[in-house]
Amino acid sequence: MISIRNLYFKYPKSDFQLQIAALAFRKGETHALIGPSGSGKTTLLNLIAGISVPHEGSINYKNLEINKLSEAERRAFRISNIGFVFQDFKLINYLTVYDNIILPYRINARLKIDPPVRNRLNMLSEYAGIHKYLSKYPKNLSQGERQRVAICRALITQPELILADEPTGNLDPKNKKKILDLLFRYCKEEETTLITVTHDHELLPDFNEVIDFNDLLSEEETQASINKKNTES
Amino acid sequence: MKNSFYLAFQYIWYHKIRSLILVASITIIVFIPNGLEKLITESEVRMMDRAVSTPLIIGEKGSSTDLVINSLYFQDEKLEPVSMAEVDELNSLGFGYCIPVLTGFNARSYPIVGTTLDYLKFRNMTLSEGKNMAILGDCILGHTVAMELNLKSGDHIISSPESFFDFAGVYPLKMKITGILDPTNTPDDRAIFTDIKNTWIIMGIGHGHQDLGDETDPTLVMENKDGVVTATAKVFMYNEITEENRDSFHFHGLQKDFPVSSILFIPKDEKSLTILRGRFESGEIGTQAIVPQQVVRNLLNSIFRIKQIFDGVFIAVGFATLLIFILIMTLTIRLRKDEINTLETIGSSRFKVAGILSMEVAIMFVASLTFAFILYIVSGYYVNTFIEKFII
Repeated sequence: MISIRNLYFKYPKSDFQLQIAALAFRKGETHALIGPSGSGKTTLLNLIAGISVPHEGSINYKNLEINKLSEAERRAFRISNIGFVFQDFKLINYLTVYDNIILPYRINARLKIDPPVRNRLNMLSEYAGIHKYLSKYPKNLSQGERQRVAICRALITQPELILADEPTGNLDPKNKKKILDLLFRYCKEEETTLITVTHDHELLPDFNEVIDFNDLLSEEETQASINKKNTES
Repeated sequence: MKNSFYLAFQYIWYHKIRSLILVASITIIVFIPNGLEKLITESEVRMMDRAVSTPLIIGEKGSSTDLVINSLYFQDEKLEPVSMAEVDELNSLGFGYCIPVLTGFNARSYPIVGTTLDYLKFRNMTLSEGKNMAILGDCILGHTVAMELNLKSGDHIISSPESFFDFAGVYPLKMKITGILDPTNTPDDRAIFTDIKNTWIIMGIGHGHQDLGDETDPTLVMENKDGVVTATAKVFMYNEITEENRDSFHFHGLQKDFPVSSILFIPKDEKSLTILRGRFESGEIGTQAIVPQQVVRNLLNSIFRIKQIFDGVFIAVGFATLLIFILIMTLTIRLRKDEINTLETIGSSRFKVAGILSMEVAIMFVASLTFAFILYIVSGYYVNTFIEKFII
């Protein structure tokens, strides 16, 4: 579904660089990205989403080369195909749960709020167990409930791909389980691809595939990393 | 557009107090200069109307402004009086006719204007109820006085003593209200009109008392020498003029010596006015003749100069408010950086985000302008009352 080849990316005014020779994500599977902090996991999510553009290489989504799209086209691609879940939920504090979930429809002129969308919202909120909180503001919800709202917002557009950046990072063990169960259940039922950045190794057995960023680093990067560690020691 | 409006409105609604303070600040900044402009323009129109409709005011030499303000708007300041002889003299010249006006007394905080029926005719004043004042002790009320004091014809009103502790001073006089005037939107609405003789009675120049010739009570007379009777304090002074005691009211001295605050002079024609003014200017006549229009124009020019200063202040305050508003919005955008990033990440364009933020500003400005406009319209209904109560 997603294939990455010879990818090179570097942030301006920073030493950080990401190089990936080849990587693929299969449709309908759940993928965990693990690795040390600063290794580029979140950057990879941004590149797949078209928020950032690689300097070299290609990122293909089905038959679409994302890195060749204009900014507007990448935005349209993002809103039509991708649902985001963040570690800190990124809910809008002045919108109710209902309005937070339906937000993608309010910020994109291509999407229209019609009765099927409203029905889907009701179904999703029932599915996530937050139906009774629809008229509440995020500040009145627990951490776990907020993350469930964020997941509903990611799913409302029926994306084929969910990008989750440490979705359980701020949650207690009980809520971690609930949130992942929710995501896995949805992905299984809807054949949605899930790419999750996580530091939580206890959760890895639940994923179809675990991608360790230490294995992805190029030879030069690995050597540079070893030299850096030797210098530090 | 609809969605941007919705999101912007949700933001404003969620931050109600902050938004309300901003809206109130802008409303005040927009309303006050415009409200002041309306107030001054309306005041100017009304003051000038009144001044233009009064060709000439004659009074004792002194402040022309006091003379005009007192004669046209019945302000509290007491004028140095001229005598009724002046009225007779001016009438005898044949250039027009005089309307004497005696002010300086109040009843329940409203000015009592002693004059003649010519005043009502000259100002085209008509009665909404009752009948005109006809005999000693009668008065008619301006529309606002009757409304605010809830008085009608047949009721009574008592003049206020000038000083509560001055036992030898002006006695209160209970007057019968015979009629209520139609509204005129002029200071006449807030005045009580009575015959000038009644104001002389209030002044103490005339009075009515128990008959001193009453043989049944010799203690009323202290001395009776050569026809000059000196009464004792036991004599009962009437403070109301009734059918029974009306004949006992009398004046001491000659009417020509009695005071009037000012004289409204109504010339036969423009030529008569010019000749009369010439006589005053040449010093032939010892009092002063003022064309109210000129005095009011000078007064208004002073007000306009003050208003120009206020305008400058308001422009500065408005500019400062705008800068603060920009600062608030800039800081708000910084504080909302995360929110803006989220919107962009989940698919919003920068243009859309800018649209939502602009919509927030637009809603607050439109709300402020709407409130300012409503205040402006509402204040329009009260501007007359405000002018009557506080300006003229």
